Amino acid sequence: MTLELVDVSMDYRLHGQQKRALDGVSLTVSPGEFLCVVGASGSGKSTLLSLVAGLTTPTGGEITLDGHPITGPGPDRGLVFQTGSLYPWRTVERNVAFGLELLALDTAERGRRVDWYLAETGLAGVRRSLPRQLSGGQQQRVAIARALVCEPDVLLLDEPFGALDVQTKEDMQLLIRQIWRDTGTTVLMVTHDVEEAVFLGTRVVVLASDPGRVAAETSIPLPDDRGLATKRTLAFLNLRASIEDMVRASHRSGVTR
Amino acid sequence: MRTALADRTSDVRATWPPLPRRTRPRPTLLTIRTPISRRAATTLTVLSLAVPFTAWVVLSASGAVPATFLPSPGAVLSAGWEMARSGELAVDVWTTTRRVLEGFGLAVLVSVPLGILMGTFHAGQAAFEPLIGLLRYLPASAFIPLLIIWLGLGEPSKIAILFIGTVFFNTLMTADVVRGVPRSLIDVSYTLGARRGEVLRKVVVPHSLPGIIDAVRVNAAAAWNFVVVAELVNSTAGLGYRIVRAQRFLQTDKIFAVLVVIGVIGVMIDVALRLVRARVGRWAG
Ligand SMILES: Nc1ncnc2c1ncn2[C@@H]1O[C@H](COP(=O)(O)OP(=O)(O)O)[C@@H](O)[C@H]1O
Ligand SMILES: [Mg+2]
Repeated sequence: MTLELVDVSMDYRLHGQQKRALDGVSLTVSPGEFLCVVGASGSGKSTLLSLVAGLTTPTGGEITLDGHPITGPGPDRGLVFQTGSLYPWRTVERNVAFGLELLALDTAERGRRVDWYLAETGLAGVRRSLPRQLSGGQQQRVAIARALVCEPDVLLLDEPFGALDVQTKEDMQLLIRQIWRDTGTTVLMVTHDVEEAVFLGTRVVVLASDPGRVAAETSIPLPDDRGLATKRTLAFLNLRASIEDMVRASHRSGVTR
Repeated sequence: MRTALADRTSDVRATWPPLPRRTRPRPTLLTIRTPISRRAATTLTVLSLAVPFTAWVVLSASGAVPATFLPSPGAVLSAGWEMARSGELAVDVWTTTRRVLEGFGLAVLVSVPLGILMGTFHAGQAAFEPLIGLLRYLPASAFIPLLIIWLGLGEPSKIAILFIGTVFFNTLMTADVVRGVPRSLIDVSYTLGARRGEVLRKVVVPHSLPGIIDAVRVNAAAAWNFVVVAELVNSTAGLGYRIVRAQRFLQTDKIFAVLVVIGVIGVMIDVALRLVRARVGRWAG
Protein backbone atom coordinates (compact mmCIF):
# COMPACT_ATOMS: atom_id res chain seq x y z
CA MET A 1 0.00 0.00 0.00
CA THR A 2 1.88 3.04 -1.24
CA LEU A 3 0.31 6.43 -1.71
CA GLU A 4 1.98 8.45 -4.39
CA LEU A 5 1.48 12.04 -5.49
CA VAL A 6 3.24 12.98 -8.70
CA ASP A 7 3.50 16.64 -9.63
CA VAL A 8 0.06 17.40 -8.19
CA SER A 9 -1.35 20.89 -8.73
CA MET A 10 -4.64 22.38 -7.68
CA ASP A 11 -6.21 25.58 -8.95
CA TYR A 12 -9.34 27.02 -7.44
CA ARG A 13 -11.54 29.47 -9.28
CA LEU A 14 -12.82 32.16 -7.00
CA HIS A 15 -14.80 35.14 -8.31
CA GLY A 16 -13.50 34.41 -11.80
CA GLN A 17 -9.91 34.50 -10.56
CA GLN A 18 -7.60 31.56 -10.63
CA LYS A 19 -5.93 30.73 -7.35
CA ARG A 20 -3.15 28.16 -7.25
CA ALA A 21 -3.43 26.29 -3.96
CA LEU A 22 -0.92 23.56 -4.70
CA ASP A 23 1.92 23.66 -7.19
CA GLY A 24 3.71 20.52 -8.36
CA VAL A 25 3.55 18.56 -5.15
CA SER A 26 5.25 15.18 -5.27
CA LEU A 27 5.14 12.89 -2.26
CA THR A 28 5.35 9.21 -1.49
CA VAL A 29 3.78 7.75 1.60
CA SER A 30 5.16 4.29 2.31
CA PRO A 31 3.26 1.52 4.06
CA GLY A 32 3.26 1.83 7.83
CA GLU A 33 4.67 5.32 7.75
CA PHE A 34 3.44 8.24 9.87
CA LEU A 35 3.99 11.21 7.58
CA CYS A 36 3.34 14.69 8.89
CA VAL A 37 2.96 17.63 6.53
CA VAL A 38 3.51 20.99 8.21
CA GLY A 39 2.74 24.37 6.76
CA ALA A 40 1.28 27.70 7.70
CA SER A 41 -2.43 28.29 7.46
CA GLY A 42 -3.39 28.67 3.81
CA SER A 43 -0.47 26.63 2.53
CA GLY A 44 -2.81 24.07 0.99
CA LYS A 45 -2.81 21.37 3.67
CA SER A 46 -6.55 20.76 3.60
CA THR A 47 -6.50 20.92 -0.18
CA LEU A 48 -3.84 18.21 -0.21
CA LEU A 49 -5.85 15.87 2.00
CA SER A 50 -9.06 16.52 0.14
CA LEU A 51 -7.30 15.50 -3.06
CA VAL A 52 -5.94 12.32 -1.52
CA ALA A 53 -9.37 11.58 -0.06
CA GLY A 54 -10.78 11.96 -3.56
CA LEU A 55 -13.24 14.66 -2.56
CA THR A 56 -11.70 16.96 -5.17
CA THR A 57 -9.79 16.25 -8.36
CA PRO A 58 -6.36 17.76 -8.99
CA THR A 59 -6.10 20.15 -11.91
CA GLY A 60 -2.68 18.68 -12.66
CA GLY A 61 -0.61 15.62 -11.84
CA GLU A 62 -1.67 12.25 -10.53
CA ILE A 63 -2.42 10.58 -7.23
CA THR A 64 -2.22 6.81 -7.00
CA LEU A 65 -2.80 4.27 -4.26
CA ASP A 66 -0.86 1.09 -4.98
CA GLY A 67 -0.54 2.24 -8.56
CA HIS A 68 -4.28 2.77 -9.05
CA PRO A 69 -5.35 6.35 -9.72
CA ILE A 70 -7.72 7.81 -7.16
CA THR A 71 -11.08 8.48 -8.74
CA GLY A 72 -13.21 9.39 -5.74
CA PRO A 73 -13.64 9.07 -2.00
CA GLY A 74 -13.70 5.67 -0.35
CA PRO A 75 -13.20 3.89 2.96
CA ASP A 76 -9.67 2.87 1.97
CA ARG A 77 -8.70 6.45 2.79
CA GLY A 78 -10.32 7.45 6.09
CA LEU A 79 -10.49 11.18 6.76
CA VAL A 80 -10.69 13.04 10.07
CA PHE A 81 -11.41 16.77 10.08
CA GLN A 82 -10.48 19.32 12.71
CA THR A 83 -14.03 19.50 14.12
CA GLY A 84 -17.68 18.97 13.53
CA SER A 85 -17.91 15.95 11.30
CA LEU A 86 -19.73 13.60 13.69
CA TYR A 87 -23.34 12.69 13.00
CA PRO A 88 -25.02 14.62 15.82
CA TRP A 89 -28.11 12.38 15.88
CA ARG A 90 -26.10 9.16 16.23
CA THR A 91 -24.67 7.90 19.49
CA VAL A 92 -20.94 7.32 19.76
CA GLU A 93 -21.23 3.64 18.90
CA ARG A 94 -23.54 4.30 15.97
CA ASN A 95 -21.19 6.99 14.66
CA VAL A 96 -18.36 4.47 14.77
CA ALA A 97 -20.56 1.82 13.14
CA PHE A 98 -21.55 4.04 10.20
CA GLY A 99 -19.09 2.65 7.67
CA LEU A 100 -19.80 -0.94 8.71
CA GLU A 101 -23.56 -0.48 8.37
CA LEU A 102 -22.98 0.03 4.66
CA LEU A 103 -21.37 -3.40 4.33
CA ALA A 104 -22.94 -6.83 4.36
CA LEU A 105 -21.84 -7.72 7.87
CA ASP A 106 -23.92 -9.47 10.48
CA THR A 107 -24.66 -7.61 13.70
CA ALA A 108 -22.29 -9.67 15.81
CA GLU A 109 -19.38 -9.08 13.47
CA ARG A 110 -20.11 -5.38 13.31
CA GLY A 111 -20.49 -5.15 17.08
CA ARG A 112 -17.21 -6.96 17.68
CA ARG A 113 -15.31 -4.55 15.47
CA VAL A 114 -16.99 -1.43 16.89
CA ASP A 115 -16.26 -2.66 20.43
CA TRP A 116 -12.58 -3.10 19.65
CA TYR A 117 -12.14 0.40 18.30
CA LEU A 118 -14.21 1.95 21.09
CA ALA A 119 -11.90 0.25 23.58
CA GLU A 120 -8.79 1.24 21.62
CA THR A 121 -9.83 4.90 21.64
CA GLY A 122 -11.03 4.83 25.25
CA LEU A 123 -14.67 5.47 24.39
CA ALA A 124 -16.31 2.35 25.81
CA GLY A 125 -17.73 4.32 28.73
CA VAL A 126 -19.52 6.87 26.55
CA ARG A 127 -20.71 4.58 23.79
CA ARG A 128 -24.34 5.57 24.19
CA SER A 129 -23.70 9.31 24.48
CA LEU A 130 -24.53 11.79 21.76
CA PRO A 131 -21.69 13.85 20.26
CA ARG A 132 -22.86 17.06 21.90
CA GLN A 133 -22.46 15.42 25.31
CA LEU A 134 -18.76 14.76 24.67
CA SER A 135 -15.68 16.89 25.19
CA GLY A 136 -13.72 18.06 22.16
CA GLY A 137 -11.08 15.37 22.67
CA GLN A 138 -13.69 12.63 22.92
CA GLN A 139 -15.38 13.86 19.77
CA GLN A 140 -12.12 13.63 17.86
CA ARG A 141 -11.57 10.11 19.20
CA VAL A 142 -14.98 9.14 17.82
CA ALA A 143 -14.03 10.57 14.43
CA ILE A 144 -10.76 8.61 14.49
CA ALA A 145 -12.44 5.38 15.57
CA ARG A 146 -15.10 5.81 12.91
CA ALA A 147 -12.46 6.12 10.19
CA LEU A 148 -10.29 3.28 11.54
CA VAL A 149 -13.10 0.75 11.85
CA CYS A 150 -13.26 0.75 8.04
CA GLU A 151 -9.64 -0.48 8.03
CA PRO A 152 -8.31 2.23 5.73
CA ASP A 153 -5.06 1.75 3.85
CA VAL A 154 -4.16 5.23 4.95
CA LEU A 155 -5.64 7.40 7.68
CA LEU A 156 -5.83 11.08 6.68
CA LEU A 157 -5.80 13.56 9.57
CA ASP A 158 -6.52 17.25 8.90
CA GLU A 159 -5.29 19.16 11.96
CA PRO A 160 -7.31 16.79 14.12
CA PHE A 161 -6.13 18.28 17.42
CA GLY A 162 -6.03 21.90 16.31
CA ALA A 163 -9.11 22.91 18.29
CA LEU A 164 -8.10 21.20 21.54
CA ASP A 165 -6.45 22.62 24.63
CA VAL A 166 -2.79 21.78 25.16
CA GLN A 167 -3.32 19.03 27.74
CA THR A 168 -6.01 17.24 25.74
CA LYS A 169 -3.93 17.68 22.63
CA GLU A 170 -1.00 15.89 24.26
CA ASP A 171 -3.28 13.07 25.42
CA MET A 172 -4.52 12.72 21.87
CA GLN A 173 -1.00 12.76 20.46
CA LEU A 174 -0.04 9.88 22.74
CA LEU A 175 -3.24 8.08 21.78
CA ILE A 176 -2.73 8.42 18.05
CA ARG A 177 0.88 7.21 18.39
CA GLN A 178 -0.43 4.24 20.36
CA ILE A 179 -3.12 3.50 17.77
CA TRP A 180 -0.60 3.80 14.97
CA ARG A 181 1.68 1.30 16.67
CA ASP A 182 -1.19 -1.07 17.61
CA THR A 183 -2.83 -1.13 14.21
CA GLY A 184 0.08 -0.57 11.85
CA THR A 185 -2.06 1.87 9.87
CA THR A 186 -0.35 4.25 7.52
CA VAL A 187 -1.02 7.83 8.60
CA LEU A 188 -0.85 11.04 6.60
CA MET A 189 -1.40 13.98 8.89
CA VAL A 190 -1.32 17.69 8.16
CA THR A 191 -0.79 20.29 10.86
CA HIS A 192 0.54 23.78 11.38
CA ASP A 193 2.09 22.68 14.67
CA VAL A 194 5.74 21.76 14.17
CA GLU A 195 6.14 20.28 17.63
CA GLU A 196 3.22 17.98 16.95
CA ALA A 197 4.61 16.97 13.58
CA VAL A 198 8.03 16.13 15.03
CA PHE A 199 6.55 14.25 17.97
CA LEU A 200 4.20 12.14 15.85
CA GLY A 201 5.87 11.71 12.52
CA THR A 202 8.37 9.24 11.23
CA ARG A 203 8.95 11.80 8.52
CA VAL A 204 8.03 15.48 8.15
CA VAL A 205 7.36 17.38 4.94
CA VAL A 206 7.36 21.17 5.02
CA LEU A 207 4.86 22.90 2.79
CA ALA A 208 5.62 26.41 1.53
CA SER A 209 2.73 28.82 1.10
CA ASP A 210 1.28 30.58 -1.86
CA PRO A 211 1.28 28.44 -3.85
CA GLY A 212 1.58 25.36 -1.66
CA ARG A 213 4.62 23.32 -2.59
CA VAL A 214 7.07 20.98 -0.92
CA ALA A 215 9.84 23.10 0.57
CA ALA A 216 11.74 20.50 2.51
CA GLU A 217 11.47 17.07 3.95
CA THR A 218 13.26 15.30 6.71
CA SER A 219 13.01 12.01 8.51
CA ILE A 220 12.57 12.03 12.26
CA PRO A 221 15.24 9.82 13.81
CA LEU A 222 13.53 9.59 17.20
CA PRO A 223 12.85 6.25 18.87
CA ASP A 224 9.50 4.58 18.12
CA ASP A 225 8.64 4.56 21.78
CA ARG A 226 7.92 8.25 22.41
CA GLY A 227 6.49 9.79 25.54
CA LEU A 228 5.93 13.36 26.63
CA ALA A 229 9.48 13.37 27.99
CA THR A 230 10.70 12.93 24.42
CA LYS A 231 9.60 16.50 23.78
CA ARG A 232 12.27 17.70 26.23
CA THR A 233 15.19 15.81 24.71
CA LEU A 234 17.89 17.66 22.87
CA ALA A 235 17.38 15.61 19.72
CA PHE A 236 13.71 16.58 19.69
CA LEU A 237 14.33 20.25 20.36
CA ASN A 238 16.96 20.45 17.64
CA LEU A 239 14.69 18.82 15.08
CA ARG A 240 11.86 21.08 16.09
CA ALA A 241 13.98 24.21 15.82
CA SER A 242 15.35 23.34 12.39
CA ILE A 243 11.90 22.51 11.02
CA GLU A 244 10.42 25.66 12.52
CA ASP A 245 13.12 27.60 10.70
CA MET A 246 12.17 25.90 7.45
CA VAL A 247 8.49 26.67 7.95
CA ARG A 248 9.25 30.29 8.74
CA ALA A 249 11.55 30.65 5.75
CA SER A 250 8.93 29.26 3.43
CA HIS A 251 6.12 31.38 4.81
CA ARG A 252 5.80 34.82 3.29
CA SER A 253 4.68 36.92 6.18
CA GLY A 254 2.11 39.64 5.65
CA VAL A 255 2.41 41.23 9.06
CA THR A 256 5.75 43.05 8.87
CA ARG A 257 6.08 46.77 9.43
CA MET B 1 -1.08 51.00 33.10
CA ARG B 2 -1.61 54.73 32.74
CA THR B 3 1.30 55.69 34.97
CA ALA B 4 3.60 53.32 33.13
CA LEU B 5 2.57 54.95 29.89
CA ALA B 6 2.87 58.46 31.28
CA ASP B 7 6.51 57.76 32.16
CA ARG B 8 7.26 57.37 28.49
CA THR B 9 7.47 61.02 27.56
CA SER B 10 7.76 60.27 23.86
CA ASP B 11 4.34 58.56 23.88
CA VAL B 12 1.68 61.06 22.72
CA ARG B 13 -0.93 59.02 24.49
CA ALA B 14 0.46 60.30 27.78
CA THR B 15 -1.17 63.65 27.09
CA TRP B 16 -4.61 62.13 26.47
CA PRO B 17 -7.16 62.36 29.29
CA PRO B 18 -8.27 58.97 30.67
CA LEU B 19 -11.28 57.49 28.87
CA PRO B 20 -14.51 58.06 30.80
CA ARG B 21 -15.96 54.89 32.32
CA ARG B 22 -19.68 54.32 32.06
CA THR B 23 -21.61 52.92 35.01
CA ARG B 24 -23.23 49.56 34.46
CA PRO B 25 -27.03 49.64 34.55
CA ARG B 26 -28.72 47.24 36.97
CA PRO B 27 -30.25 44.14 35.32
CA THR B 28 -34.00 44.53 34.81
CA LEU B 29 -36.91 42.60 33.38
CA LEU B 30 -35.74 43.77 29.97
CA THR B 31 -32.11 42.63 30.01
CA ILE B 32 -31.32 41.08 26.64
CA ARG B 33 -31.48 37.28 26.60
CA THR B 34 -31.54 36.98 30.37
CA PRO B 35 -33.92 34.62 32.14
CA ILE B 36 -36.53 36.23 34.38
CA SER B 37 -37.97 34.70 37.52
CA ARG B 38 -40.61 32.02 37.18
CA ARG B 39 -43.11 34.21 38.96
CA ALA B 40 -42.52 37.15 36.67
CA ALA B 41 -42.90 34.91 33.63
CA THR B 42 -46.16 33.38 34.88
CA THR B 43 -47.54 36.78 35.82
CA LEU B 44 -46.80 38.15 32.35
CA THR B 45 -48.41 35.16 30.64
CA VAL B 46 -51.52 35.26 32.81
CA LEU B 47 -51.86 39.01 32.33
CA SER B 48 -51.45 38.73 28.57
CA LEU B 49 -54.51 36.47 28.48
CA ALA B 50 -56.51 37.95 31.35
CA VAL B 51 -56.34 41.58 30.23
CA PRO B 52 -57.96 41.15 26.79
CA PHE B 53 -60.50 38.73 28.24
CA THR B 54 -61.46 41.12 31.00
CA ALA B 55 -61.71 43.94 28.48
CA TRP B 56 -64.10 41.77 26.49
CA VAL B 57 -66.24 40.99 29.54
CA VAL B 58 -66.38 44.61 30.67
CA LEU B 59 -67.05 45.98 27.20
CA SER B 60 -69.90 43.59 26.46
CA ALA B 61 -71.45 43.94 29.95
CA SER B 62 -71.31 47.75 29.90
CA GLY B 63 -73.66 47.82 26.94
CA ALA B 64 -71.40 50.33 25.21
CA VAL B 65 -71.22 47.96 22.24
CA PRO B 66 -74.42 46.30 20.93
CA ALA B 67 -74.55 42.52 21.47
CA THR B 68 -74.82 41.92 17.71
CA PHE B 69 -71.39 43.50 17.39
CA LEU B 70 -69.74 42.07 20.45
CA PRO B 71 -71.52 39.17 22.13
CA SER B 72 -70.79 38.44 25.78
CA PRO B 73 -68.54 35.51 26.68
CA GLY B 74 -71.60 33.77 28.14
CA ALA B 75 -73.50 34.09 24.86
CA VAL B 76 -70.51 32.74 22.91
CA LEU B 77 -70.22 29.81 25.30
CA SER B 78 -73.88 28.91 25.00
CA ALA B 79 -73.80 29.29 21.21
CA GLY B 80 -70.83 26.93 21.14
CA TRP B 81 -72.54 24.52 23.50
CA GLU B 82 -75.65 24.59 21.34
CA MET B 83 -73.64 23.76 18.21
CA ALA B 84 -71.78 21.00 20.01
CA ARG B 85 -75.02 19.51 21.36
CA SER B 86 -76.75 19.44 17.99
CA GLY B 87 -73.79 17.60 16.44
CA GLU B 88 -73.33 20.44 13.97
CA LEU B 89 -69.95 21.39 15.40
CA ALA B 90 -68.54 17.87 15.15
CA VAL B 91 -69.50 17.68 11.47
CA ASP B 92 -67.98 21.08 10.77
CA VAL B 93 -64.78 20.33 12.62
CA TRP B 94 -64.37 16.99 10.92
CA THR B 95 -65.15 18.38 7.44
CA THR B 96 -62.59 21.14 7.84
CA THR B 97 -59.98 18.89 9.43
CA ARG B 98 -60.35 16.36 6.65
CA ARG B 99 -59.80 19.05 4.04
CA VAL B 100 -56.63 20.14 5.80
CA LEU B 101 -55.41 16.56 6.10
CA GLU B 102 -56.00 15.97 2.40
CA GLY B 103 -54.86 19.29 0.96
CA PHE B 104 -51.92 19.95 3.26
CA GLY B 105 -51.06 16.26 3.45
CA LEU B 106 -50.74 16.21 -0.32
CA ALA B 107 -48.66 19.39 -0.19
CA VAL B 108 -46.27 17.79 2.34
CA LEU B 109 -46.02 14.64 0.24
CA VAL B 110 -44.98 16.71 -2.77
CA SER B 111 -42.99 19.49 -1.13
CA VAL B 112 -40.71 17.48 1.15
CA PRO B 113 -39.19 15.27 -1.57
CA LEU B 114 -39.07 18.23 -3.95
CA GLY B 115 -37.41 20.41 -1.32
CA ILE B 116 -34.86 17.69 -0.58
CA LEU B 117 -34.17 17.44 -4.31
CA MET B 118 -33.71 21.20 -4.59
CA GLY B 119 -31.57 21.45 -1.49
CA THR B 120 -29.33 18.55 -2.44
CA PHE B 121 -28.74 18.86 -6.16
CA HIS B 122 -27.77 22.01 -7.99
CA ALA B 123 -29.71 20.60 -10.93
CA GLY B 124 -32.84 20.42 -8.79
CA GLN B 125 -32.36 23.97 -7.65
CA ALA B 126 -31.76 25.26 -11.17
CA ALA B 127 -34.82 23.44 -12.48
CA PHE B 128 -37.37 24.31 -9.81
CA GLU B 129 -36.29 27.36 -7.85
CA PRO B 130 -37.27 30.06 -10.41
CA LEU B 131 -40.79 28.74 -11.00
CA ILE B 132 -41.54 27.95 -7.37
CA GLY B 133 -40.01 31.22 -6.23
CA LEU B 134 -42.49 32.99 -8.53
CA LEU B 135 -45.55 30.88 -7.78
CA ARG B 136 -45.04 31.42 -4.07
CA TYR B 137 -45.94 35.08 -4.50
CA LEU B 138 -49.31 34.39 -6.12
CA PRO B 139 -51.92 34.53 -3.35
CA ALA B 140 -53.74 31.23 -3.09
CA SER B 141 -57.08 32.95 -2.50
CA ALA B 142 -56.73 34.59 -5.93
CA PHE B 143 -56.83 31.09 -7.40
CA ILE B 144 -60.28 30.39 -5.96
CA PRO B 145 -62.27 31.60 -9.00
CA LEU B 146 -59.94 29.85 -11.39
CA LEU B 147 -60.04 26.61 -9.44
CA ILE B 148 -63.83 26.70 -9.32
CA ILE B 149 -63.85 27.01 -13.11
CA TRP B 150 -61.36 24.18 -13.46
CA LEU B 151 -62.47 21.81 -10.72
CA GLY B 152 -66.04 22.82 -9.93
CA LEU B 153 -67.57 23.77 -6.60
CA GLY B 154 -66.92 20.51 -4.79
CA GLU B 155 -64.12 19.19 -2.62
CA PRO B 156 -61.35 19.11 -5.25
CA SER B 157 -61.20 22.89 -5.65
CA LYS B 158 -60.98 23.40 -1.87
CA ILE B 159 -58.24 20.85 -1.50
CA ALA B 160 -56.43 22.41 -4.44
CA ILE B 161 -56.43 25.82 -2.75
CA LEU B 162 -54.91 24.37 0.37
CA PHE B 163 -52.35 22.61 -1.73
CA ILE B 164 -51.44 25.71 -3.71
CA GLY B 165 -51.33 27.82 -0.58
CA THR B 166 -48.80 25.66 1.19
CA VAL B 167 -46.82 23.54 -1.26
CA PHE B 168 -44.49 26.25 -2.55
CA PHE B 169 -43.53 27.65 0.81
CA ASN B 170 -43.00 24.22 2.27
CA THR B 171 -40.81 23.26 -0.69
CA LEU B 172 -38.59 26.32 -0.40
CA MET B 173 -38.33 26.04 3.37
CA THR B 174 -37.44 22.36 3.12
CA ALA B 175 -34.82 23.15 0.49
CA ASP B 176 -33.30 25.76 2.81
CA VAL B 177 -33.15 23.29 5.67
CA VAL B 178 -31.51 20.68 3.47
CA ARG B 179 -28.96 23.18 2.22
CA GLY B 180 -27.96 23.62 5.86
CA VAL B 181 -26.54 20.09 6.09
CA PRO B 182 -22.82 20.72 6.70
CA ARG B 183 -20.60 19.96 3.74
CA SER B 184 -18.16 18.16 6.06
CA LEU B 185 -20.82 15.62 7.07
CA ILE B 186 -21.50 14.78 3.45
CA ASP B 187 -17.80 14.60 2.59
CA VAL B 188 -16.95 12.41 5.54
CA SER B 189 -19.80 10.04 4.65
CA TYR B 190 -18.33 9.49 1.21
CA THR B 191 -14.94 8.75 2.75
CA LEU B 192 -16.64 6.15 4.96
CA GLY B 193 -17.86 4.41 1.83
CA ALA B 194 -21.41 5.74 1.50
CA ARG B 195 -22.90 6.08 -1.96
CA ARG B 196 -25.13 8.92 -3.10
CA GLY B 197 -28.41 7.27 -2.08
CA GLU B 198 -26.98 6.31 1.30
CA VAL B 199 -25.73 9.83 1.91
CA LEU B 200 -29.24 11.10 1.18
CA ARG B 201 -30.99 8.53 3.32
CA LYS B 202 -28.55 8.24 6.21
CA VAL B 203 -27.16 11.77 6.41
CA VAL B 204 -29.15 14.44 4.56
CA VAL B 205 -32.60 13.29 5.66
CA PRO B 206 -31.89 12.63 9.35
CA HIS B 207 -29.97 15.89 9.68
CA SER B 208 -32.82 17.83 8.04
CA LEU B 209 -35.74 16.15 9.74
CA PRO B 210 -36.15 18.52 12.71
CA GLY B 211 -35.97 21.52 10.39
CA ILE B 212 -38.47 19.96 8.00
CA ILE B 213 -40.90 19.42 10.86
CA ASP B 214 -40.44 23.08 11.78
CA ALA B 215 -41.35 24.05 8.22
CA VAL B 216 -44.39 21.80 8.33
CA ARG B 217 -45.46 23.37 11.60
CA VAL B 218 -45.29 26.88 10.15
CA ASN B 219 -47.16 25.87 7.03
CA ALA B 220 -49.76 23.85 8.92
CA ALA B 221 -50.84 27.17 10.43
CA ALA B 222 -51.10 28.61 6.92
CA ALA B 223 -53.11 25.57 5.79
CA TRP B 224 -55.50 26.04 8.68
CA ASN B 225 -55.99 29.66 7.56
CA PHE B 226 -56.50 28.76 3.91
CA VAL B 227 -59.11 26.12 4.60
CA VAL B 228 -61.36 28.62 6.32
CA VAL B 229 -60.92 31.07 3.44
CA ALA B 230 -61.70 28.30 0.96
CA GLU B 231 -64.87 27.41 2.86
CA LEU B 232 -66.12 30.96 2.82
CA VAL B 233 -66.95 30.35 -0.85
CA ASN B 234 -69.64 27.85 -1.60
CA SER B 235 -69.60 25.07 0.96
CA THR B 236 -72.22 23.03 2.71
CA ALA B 237 -70.23 22.26 5.82
CA GLY B 238 -67.06 23.25 7.60
CA LEU B 239 -66.02 25.91 10.08
CA GLY B 240 -65.63 28.60 7.40
CA TYR B 241 -69.07 27.79 6.04
CA ARG B 242 -70.51 28.02 9.54
CA ILE B 243 -69.10 31.55 9.89
CA VAL B 244 -70.63 32.71 6.61
CA ARG B 245 -73.98 31.21 7.53
CA ALA B 246 -73.97 32.75 10.98
CA GLN B 247 -73.18 36.11 9.40
CA ARG B 248 -76.29 35.84 7.23
CA PHE B 249 -78.43 35.59 10.37
CA LEU B 250 -76.39 38.13 12.34
CA GLN B 251 -75.43 35.40 14.85
CA THR B 252 -72.24 37.07 16.05
CA ASP B 253 -72.11 34.81 19.10
CA LYS B 254 -71.91 31.81 16.78
CA ILE B 255 -69.13 33.43 14.71
CA PHE B 256 -67.15 34.03 17.88
CA ALA B 257 -67.69 30.47 19.02
CA VAL B 258 -66.41 29.12 15.69
CA LEU B 259 -63.40 31.44 15.83
CA VAL B 260 -62.56 30.11 19.28
CA VAL B 261 -62.82 26.53 18.00
CA ILE B 262 -60.56 27.37 15.05
CA GLY B 263 -58.02 28.89 17.41
CA VAL B 264 -58.10 25.97 19.82
CA ILE B 265 -57.65 23.38 17.07
CA GLY B 266 -54.82 25.45 15.61
CA VAL B 267 -53.02 25.52 18.94
CA MET B 268 -53.56 21.77 19.32
CA ILE B 269 -51.96 21.10 15.93
CA ASP B 270 -49.06 23.35 16.86
CA VAL B 271 -48.50 21.68 20.21
CA ALA B 272 -48.66 18.22 18.64
CA LEU B 273 -46.07 19.14 16.01
CA ARG B 274 -43.90 20.77 18.66
CA LEU B 275 -43.91 17.52 20.60
CA VAL B 276 -42.94 15.55 17.50
CA ARG B 277 -40.21 18.09 16.79
CA ALA B 278 -38.84 17.87 20.31
CA ARG B 279 -38.75 14.09 20.07
CA VAL B 280 -37.13 13.92 16.64
CA GLY B 281 -34.72 16.78 17.33
CA ARG B 282 -33.59 15.60 20.74
CA TRP B 283 -30.03 15.17 19.44
CA ALA B 284 -29.80 18.86 18.61
CA GLY B 285 -30.21 19.58 22.33
N1 LIG C 1 -12.97 25.85 -2.17
C1 LIG C 1 -12.04 26.79 -2.38
N2 LIG C 1 -12.24 27.77 -3.28
C2 LIG C 1 -11.32 28.71 -3.48
N3 LIG C 1 -10.14 28.77 -2.85
C3 LIG C 1 -9.88 27.85 -1.92
C4 LIG C 1 -10.82 26.82 -1.64
N4 LIG C 1 -10.28 26.03 -0.67
C5 LIG C 1 -9.08 26.56 -0.38
N5 LIG C 1 -8.82 27.65 -1.13
C6 LIG C 1 -7.60 28.46 -1.08
O1 LIG C 1 -6.50 27.61 -1.26
C7 LIG C 1 -5.46 27.93 -0.35
C8 LIG C 1 -5.13 26.72 0.50
O2 LIG C 1 -6.23 26.47 1.36
P1 LIG C 1 -6.24 25.25 2.37
O3 LIG C 1 -5.94 24.01 1.63
O4 LIG C 1 -7.52 25.30 3.10
O5 LIG C 1 -5.03 25.61 3.32
P2 LIG C 1 -4.71 25.09 4.80
O6 LIG C 1 -5.55 23.90 5.07
O7 LIG C 1 -3.24 24.82 4.76
O8 LIG C 1 -5.01 26.22 5.72
C9 LIG C 1 -5.94 29.12 0.43
O9 LIG C 1 -5.38 30.27 -0.14
C10 LIG C 1 -7.42 29.12 0.27
O10 LIG C 1 -7.91 30.42 0.27
MG1 LIG D 1 -6.92 23.52 6.67
